[in-house]
Amino acid sequence: MVSPFVRHRGKAAALPRRDVDTDQIVPKQFLTAVERTGFGPSLFFDWRYARDGSPNPDFELNAPAAQGATILVTGPNFGSGSSREHAVWALAEYGFRAIIAPSYADIFVANCCRNGVLPVQLKAPEVDVLMQRAQRATQERPYEIVVDLGELAVSDDSGFAARFTFDPYGRDLLLRGLDEIGRTLLEEPRIAEYERLHT
Amino acid sequence: MSRTVFDRVWDAHVVQELADGVALLYVDLHLVHEVTSPQAFAGLRHAGRRVRRPERTLATVDHNVPTGDRSLPIADGVAARQLDALGTNAREFGIELFDLASPNQGIVHVIAPELGATQPGMLIVCGDSHTSTHGAFGAFALGLGTSEVEHVLATQCLVLPKPRNLEARFTGTRAAGVSAKDLILALIGQIGTAGAAGYVIEYTGEAIRGLSMEERMTVCNMSIEAGARAGMIAPDETTFAYLAGRPRAPSGAGWDRALAGWRGLRTDPGAHYDRQVTLDAASVAPQVTWGTHPGMVAGITARVPNPADLPTEDERRAAERALEYMGLVPGTPLAGIPIDRVFLGSCTNARIEDLRAAANVVRGRRVASRVRAMVVPGSQQVKAQAEKEGLDRVFREAGFEWRNAGCSMCLGMNADILGAGERCAATSNRNFEGRQGRGGRTHLMSPVMAAAAAIEGRLVDVRQW
Ligand code: SF4
Repeated sequence: MVSPFVRHRGKAAALPRRDVDTDQIVPKQFLTAVERTGFGPSLFFDWRYARDGSPNPDFELNAPAAQGATILVTGPNFGSGSSREHAVWALAEYGFRAIIAPSYADIFVANCCRNGVLPVQLKAPEVDVLMQRAQRATQERPYEIVVDLGELAVSDDSGFAARFTFDPYGRDLLLRGLDEIGRTLLEEPRIAEYERLHT
Repeated sequence: MSRTVFDRVWDAHVVQELADGVALLYVDLHLVHEVTSPQAFAGLRHAGRRVRRPERTLATVDHNVPTGDRSLPIADGVAARQLDALGTNAREFGIELFDLASPNQGIVHVIAPELGATQPGMLIVCGDSHTSTHGAFGAFALGLGTSEVEHVLATQCLVLPKPRNLEARFTGTRAAGVSAKDLILALIGQIGTAGAAGYVIEYTGEAIRGLSMEERMTVCNMSIEAGARAGMIAPDETTFAYLAGRPRAPSGAGWDRALAGWRGLRTDPGAHYDRQVTLDAASVAPQVTWGTHPGMVAGITARVPNPADLPTEDERRAAERALEYMGLVPGTPLAGIPIDRVFLGSCTNARIEDLRAAANVVRGRRVASRVRAMVVPGSQQVKAQAEKEGLDRVFREAGFEWRNAGCSMCLGMNADILGAGERCAATSNRNFEGRQGRGGRTHLMSPVMAAAAAIEGRLVDVRQW
């Protein structure tokens, strides 16, 4: 069971890159696990760590101001490429509850909805505003954003307010943290009927 | 109402409408591999659930398998654990598994079509984005994450908002030396890697009709690189001829019945597409990627682009990053860029026709001395067929390594990886940073282009060969 997502207020971190693919989010050498856990440390591995394993100081999420962030503000086509759900498991385990970007890959969105991570799609100029504010944040003056799935709205303390849309089924999964399989199994008579007619 | 082939396949699989535009769909064929399935089986076990239709589920090992000597134990303990887990899960849940010892083992998207398990009109899923490959048969085939894999195992159904429909029409005839790979790369270059996000692409036009089944699979395979949910080609006589007599295809009276149904899988004249794009196949040159995603692509006669020429700040930065990673300077002609490695393989381009075409290029020649080149057939069946035709000898004599089937250096989960800074001509589908090994530099291209590059030791225009 995943925890429901209704409204979240959290510290934002900026990752101003476009087309961040799932190979970057979790490189393949970490796909050999047979569990759903343990992916947090491998998040953005090749960018995050130098070859000797020490943190790469130039990587955006290693900046002191980005520590403890729960909302990732990033560029278009986030999560493209491989269908690996490990990417979402890693983002969630690292601490991200929501992502804000102008666009996403389809499979990535489906994976998010099943793991309590909200992928918010805002218009590019709106994301730019949040990105700039997140980039100006410091350790002492962190930048916080409120993401409200119930109201389909994003806001901050500096007057930013925007609305977004979300597919009703995925929204319901997130809002209720549902066991999707249990829900589909309630349709058993319909499934059995389909099988009787078609196979 | 007139419908597209996608509408037809969608409608035939709706078990129930759940919400506006969202449906519960019935899955005909579920393909499973070792990397994205263990957590799904663990979830079933945890909840005390069974696999609803094990006989509609087919498993193989491909992503992390070693492609060297199969008589040796697997050196990588973690990979071995994942392979063992699939063996245990398949036994426990009653699923057919093509394991390392099976003559039918291979990349999941190569073996299902060659067995005849992939058929027109089916809804096919797999925990792998390149499931789009199977759309070449007029199936609606899409990749899923692991939670959805578990959902399909338990319910044989999938919940999906209906994607929109995009027609990609390829007019004209492609020139000699231009492959199916070039057509799809050119399309991705035109519409971008997110160009078809939210859509199912239907490929139409005379240049598509003229493709063999294996070439159609190459095109549909890379639909995901255009961001699409799936790619489809309406079935025709080429499709039926390919399927006839395959082990899992219907036979006898069953074949006639199936064929009658398959013939109805077409797009009605005037059916509605949400979007249409056209590409003149005659104008497509052999394509080579220069950057770190498949949309960063150009004809082999072009030069490495100058980021300054790109329209937005965002794109300029991305291109600069890509060129830095790739170690390329703007203005350098693509033809002539020296390479270190060649990878002929993957679910995009490791079928028998790909190997034949590449073998024709290398026959009687030698791989350049500075280049290490390998051929990894898409399946053990492809490998056996190639050996029957003597292609293995052609490759070996030219200096290629001849391997067993698997994903191999397409994603580098096994020992086949690039070193930092190594430049590779690859027939696979992703040139992301680190995809083939951390710091490795990937140029995507067709099998004949990769074969020619192996011989010359640099990127070349195969048309001038
Ligand atoms: S060959 Fe590459 S793209 Fe195809 S299934 Fe294997 S890893 Fe994925």
